[in-house]
Amino acid sequence: MPVHFAAAHGTLSSIWLLVAIPLASAAILLLFGRFTERWGHLLGVASVLASFILGLIYFFSLRGLSSPYRAASLNLFDFIPVGGLKVQFGLLYDPLSAIFVLLITGVGFLIHLYAVGYMSHDEGRRRFFGYFNLFVAAMLLLVLGNNYVITFVGWEGVGLASYLLISFWYDRPAAATAGKKAFIMNRVGDAGFVTAIFLMFATFGSVNFADVFNGVASHGAGQTTILILGLLLLLGACGKSGQFPLQAWLPDAMEGPTPVSALIHAATMVTAGVYLIARSNPLFTANLTLQTVVVAVGAFTLLFGSIIGGAKDDIKRVLAWSTVSQIGYMFLGVGLGGAAYALALIHLLAHGFFKAGLFLGAGSVMHSMKDRTDIRRFGGLWRYMPITWATFGLGYLSIIGIPPLSGFFSKDPIIESAFNRAGWTGWLFGSAALLGAGLTAFYMTRLFVLTFHGPKRWTEDIEHPHESPAVMTIPLVLLAVGSIAAGALFVYSPFNVKDWLRPVFNNPAAEGHEHIGQWWATGMTFVVVLIGLAIGLLLFRRGTAPQEQPAGPVVAAARANLFGDMFNETVFEKPGLYLTRALVYLDNRGIDGLVNGLAALVGGSSGRLRRTQTGFVRSYALSMLGGALLIVAAMLAVALG
Amino acid sequence: MTIAQDALQLPHLNYGALAPMLILFGAAAVGVLIEAFVPRRSRYALQLVLGLGALVAALIVVITESGTRELTAGAAIALDGPALFLQGSLAALGIVALLLIAERTLEPGGPFVAAAAVTAGTEEDRTQAAREDAGTEVYPLLLFALGGMMLFVSANDLLTMFVALEVFSLPLYLMCGLARRRRLLSQESAMKYFLLGSFASAFFLFGIAMLYGFSGQISFAGIHSAIQTSTQSTTLLYIGLALVALGLLFKAAAAPFHVWIPDVYQGAPTPITAFMSACTKVAAFGALIRVLYVAFQGTDWDFRPVIGAIAVLTMLVGSILSVTQTDIKRLLAYSSIANAGYILVGVLGLSKDGLSSTLFYLVTYGFTVIAAFGVVTLVRDADGEATHLSRWAGLGRRSPLYAGLFTFLMLAFAGIPLTSGFTGKFAVFAAAIGGGQSWLVVFGVVSSMILAFPYLRVVVMMWLSEPGESTPTVSIPGALTSATLAIGGLATLVLGVVPAPLLDLTNHAAQFIR
Amino acid sequence: MNLGQWVPIVGLVVLGALFALFSVAIAPVVGPNRPNRAKLSAYECGIEPTPEPVGSGRRFPVKFYLTAMLFIVFDIEIIFLYPWAVSFNALGTFGFVEMLLFIATAFVAYAYVWRRGGLDWD
Repeated sequence: MPVHFAAAHGTLSSIWLLVAIPLASAAILLLFGRFTERWGHLLGVASVLASFILGLIYFFSLRGLSSPYRAASLNLFDFIPVGGLKVQFGLLYDPLSAIFVLLITGVGFLIHLYAVGYMSHDEGRRRFFGYFNLFVAAMLLLVLGNNYVITFVGWEGVGLASYLLISFWYDRPAAATAGKKAFIMNRVGDAGFVTAIFLMFATFGSVNFADVFNGVASHGAGQTTILILGLLLLLGACGKSGQFPLQAWLPDAMEGPTPVSALIHAATMVTAGVYLIARSNPLFTANLTLQTVVVAVGAFTLLFGSIIGGAKDDIKRVLAWSTVSQIGYMFLGVGLGGAAYALALIHLLAHGFFKAGLFLGAGSVMHSMKDRTDIRRFGGLWRYMPITWATFGLGYLSIIGIPPLSGFFSKDPIIESAFNRAGWTGWLFGSAALLGAGLTAFYMTRLFVLTFHGPKRWTEDIEHPHESPAVMTIPLVLLAVGSIAAGALFVYSPFNVKDWLRPVFNNPAAEGHEHIGQWWATGMTFVVVLIGLAIGLLLFRRGTAPQEQPAGPVVAAARANLFGDMFNETVFEKPGLYLTRALVYLDNRGIDGLVNGLAALVGGSSGRLRRTQTGFVRSYALSMLGGALLIVAAMLAVALG
Repeated sequence: MTIAQDALQLPHLNYGALAPMLILFGAAAVGVLIEAFVPRRSRYALQLVLGLGALVAALIVVITESGTRELTAGAAIALDGPALFLQGSLAALGIVALLLIAERTLEPGGPFVAAAAVTAGTEEDRTQAAREDAGTEVYPLLLFALGGMMLFVSANDLLTMFVALEVFSLPLYLMCGLARRRRLLSQESAMKYFLLGSFASAFFLFGIAMLYGFSGQISFAGIHSAIQTSTQSTTLLYIGLALVALGLLFKAAAAPFHVWIPDVYQGAPTPITAFMSACTKVAAFGALIRVLYVAFQGTDWDFRPVIGAIAVLTMLVGSILSVTQTDIKRLLAYSSIANAGYILVGVLGLSKDGLSSTLFYLVTYGFTVIAAFGVVTLVRDADGEATHLSRWAGLGRRSPLYAGLFTFLMLAFAGIPLTSGFTGKFAVFAAAIGGGQSWLVVFGVVSSMILAFPYLRVVVMMWLSEPGESTPTVSIPGALTSATLAIGGLATLVLGVVPAPLLDLTNHAAQFIR
Repeated sequence: MNLGQWVPIVGLVVLGALFALFSVAIAPVVGPNRPNRAKLSAYECGIEPTPEPVGSGRRFPVKFYLTAMLFIVFDIEIIFLYPWAVSFNALGTFGFVEMLLFIATAFVAYAYVWRRGGLDWD
């Protein structure tokens, strides 16, 4: 059945408002400067709330449509009409976009609210809310585009906003460096995405979702093309979502303000890669090798992240590596295909709640501990910050998958699906996912126990930690409620995500390979989680040494990010450096020459300058002559050949 | 000796369609007379009004003539869609560049030397640098150059094209040497540009000879029909194409003929650099597409891999070498080289789309680059412009408005969506894909990703570093520079968000006549 | 392309080169060689030569170049006047007006040079 998205009508023809409202608010905040200083943050929060309310209205109008027609496509104007390729500035509101819109605006609203309190003492608060609204607008555009180019516009927009927000405290050198790293690694991913877009145009003559998917379905492209296309998209997805081998920027991005970490680097932007793969599901499903690669990336990254997470001492970095690892689960899910698409998205939603809650909780802890982040110098905080403790605890129990919290409903089915993948790979990936669950339980227990329990190991300047103000704790409580309820709601209620997404993933799973049953999977996972939890509890119940201790090779490697940075250096930086040097050398040594020229100029020795100068023109002319000979020779080769 | 008087036929001249060029050349001649007869004090205002008036008039005439599609002046000049579009672009970009050139509030007398004949580095030179007035020859030179460029993009035979090439090159050489400060560097750049430019012109002429040898014709239509009908070997044809293309690629700054670009861009007065980087590119590519699309249509395009290789080399050289640059003007110079590569990718689409996307790119790039150089003229210390990158550290704190604008322009160069840099690149790459040149697009994407780093470095430098002792001030621009910056910035934004009207225009214009 | 038709030209070039080489090579062998001081001195219209600018590091005034360039202005004008004069009848009024414009343009350059002091030696 060809993919077709019905044109938007009625209420749904105004979906552009979703993007326009936060965008307008960002423009006002950033352009009108000091005039908005007093009420700017309120406008920022209100605009996201307005988008959320609109999102709810649209959600219910979409539910009102009968199932096969549940989509609304809206072409606003011709964006880039280049001859055969007509790119529309078009939006698509379908069940997949709808849940992302609700996640982005809902969690986004809570985090905006929290930021009002968190940033209250920061003189750049107006600017912060400007960037934050810009991010929301770009992220909404990303999930609402009806073709890959618009998705890419949003994709670059969120990258830009995230870069601005990571570097927000630009007086901190680490923040600046981290911003740069994020930008560079994302560029690598983006190169993959852009190339994929052009390849789609070359293959299918269009970049619209519907045309591309129909092209794939009608075998408009060879298996190799689909594989290459998928791998390029996967590269883009890995860059944005912090998956191996482009994972290194995400933990460093924690240098930005905590609400940023919560919204961008936990709940929304980093899941854009998952969105991209889920959106392109007809393409990924069409090639088995491609799916295997996605699954392998997911499985590898989830282990990678959880191992490093167990060795870090910075509260936000542990959470960041945990994000890397959890997104690994989502990649695993979307890679498995079939019914697992919906499972990955359920995990994505649940993760959005509990990870945002955990980050905001971490922010609340930092708020009272004078911005310290070292968990070795926390301890015993539960007495002083009961609300933070309780909400963080619920998030913690949820992420490790204790029933009946949301993580249990969302993660266990992914592990089960991994086991049930056809062939021996099912056992491999299933075991990896299972092991990851155990490791998650371990590092999260370590984090939780060291922060809130055990003896106080505070630094001398902290006397009375205090609970955060209501504007910060209310979002914490709401997110905690989400962590409790989301799982059951998304899996069993009338609002369950599986049914809702059926029009999007309209290929009912051909599973059949049942290696292990549901109860077995759940039981095993539960046992592994309990083991991880017990080990964490036993090791860290009494606190830990406040300084770094010598450690065995595994822990040392994990502390060094499993040599991920070294890998980047050898694979990307060094060759680039050599290439540049070689080219500079070949390019007539123009730069050294310039330095000589300047030196001569400064020395006032015009005779010397004249000599260097004629030498240069001569060598320039020589290189032109060489080029001319080459071109003539090449042309002759063409003409005679 | 008698001339066969019956055979002598006067060419038909369509004065209306030729008017833009006539206006510019006429105004330039009047400008020279102003230099000769008007007292020094009044020259500046007169020249500025004359220059702006001529350019605006030329632009208006181009617009009213936009429906013209004909050969005129004995088929020496083709006034078709691309020619008129490019003439209009040249006039529009020329107006913006002229505003930048005419700025005099940033330093007393403006960026141009008061007495060009004074030996650089002498006591006399230091006195002239502080003088409150400046030579105004640059205005007629600019008009001559623009007139020559307009002729260049509409020339319909190789000799007219060569004459036009010289007409716009000679003023450019002179203008490069007119800087008020750092005069040795400026004169050096003018000299280099002149020598290498003559070298390239010689190749161009030699190429014309080869093409004439092949076809017995110098008109593009003649060469085209000779290609269709001739039975002799195509060796001469391809050697000729290679040499003619070389002459044009030199002006367009494609590797390996880019060597002059960094030195000249750095040495020339910044407003002139802005003018060259926008308008010379338009002219050079305008001529190149005419040669390729009009004369060489029907050769099975088998020269495509050769020029494709040049495009790839250009993109890589431009993007990789810009990473190591420490001077903002050299950085922009290498970026201009890389951009020449992207435009070549569009040209090699060798289709209507290729043509229209190339035209589009030339306009978008022109506006952005003029605005970028406009910001460069603002960052100055006691010795004039501070172009070393280390001096730009912390500029964002000192002057958020201009640093913000420059950041936006850098993002446009980096091809971030919703800027004209993105739509332009997208258009040329899509055209190349349509023409089956996916390999070029892969290199283009990789190169544009590399090119993002140097831009990012500037942005990081401006916003994330502490302003040092040596951070120069950002001068408050006068009305003229402000207008340049506003037009350039707005064009970059508008063409990034709603590029469709201009793309429709280029689509409409993208049809040569022969 | 038939390259055979170029053979005579190549032959001519080769012959010319051979003749030149032969002349230079044979002269010192067959001719008498009796140098004296006057014969070895540079010959410049019978007077003692002034120092040469090239190679000796001396410069001569840029004004010589100016004069040379001004000469070109009028030189080119004359070159164009001849063919116009020859075909005056055929070109008619159009040609006459064009030529007046051309001369006017050349005079613009002349006026500039004159007013800006290009014709003064000092």
